[in-house]
Amino acid sequence: MGVEMTEATGGIDFEDEESGVVKKFMFVNRKAPYGTIYALEALEVVLISAAFDQDVSLAFLDDGVYQIVKGQHTKAIDVKNFSPTYRALEGYDIEKLYVEKESLDQRGLTEADLLVDVQVMSSADMAKMMAEQDIVISF
Amino acid sequence: MLHIVNKSPFENQTLDSCLRVAGNADGAAILLTEDAVYAASKGNSNESKIKAVMGKVKIYALWPDVEARGMQDRVIEGIKMVDYGGFVDLVAEHSNCQSWL
Repeated sequence: MGVEMTEATGGIDFEDEESGVVKKFMFVNRKAPYGTIYALEALEVVLISAAFDQDVSLAFLDDGVYQIVKGQHTKAIDVKNFSPTYRALEGYDIEKLYVEKESLDQRGLTEADLLVDVQVMSSADMAKMMAEQDIVISF
Repeated sequence: MLHIVNKSPFENQTLDSCLRVAGNADGAAILLTEDAVYAASKGNSNESKIKAVMGKVKIYALWPDVEARGMQDRVIEGIKMVDYGGFVDLVAEHSNCQSWL
């Protein structure tokens, strides 16, 4: 590859010819928001990737769709309600939010139950979206 | 696209989700590793689901994990075995991959 690694950068060469390359990142969310830390950690990584000006999209499947349902109030469980953050993603130019229809249907949810604008799609279309990414990271 | 599943289908729904999304996708391959290799065994209750997608997508299982679990003599026909080198080849020959958590 001809990429020079240096000790000072922990082995990462920030000056290589690839810097400035924009890749298509998809973050796949498949876990409910508060039972585990996956959803919150995914959100952190999404915001970091946005800071690097990458082409970022989020996919919500399975229990991941519960991350973006309206009406979350977490005061009584003493955990931060991070659901408003999804509405702020637009401000970071992250506007590609994809939701699998089958996951909504299984849970008795519709697009109207979600707190942010999303694109609802079939499993087959979700597979196509995944296939065209450079990087897919699953949470 | 290469999809990697590493959890037992009896422990959670990850394999089901992967098959639902990727089971009919062009150019998709699914690699079963670690406890997911139990899904590759004959007579397990997921066999029909695996067979249903095998005409469309390629199914692989990681041989060291199959062998470690004593499943080597009961692998569903048509599932291809790969060793660690084959695992690397699969990752390299697909445009991208996803490890389903």
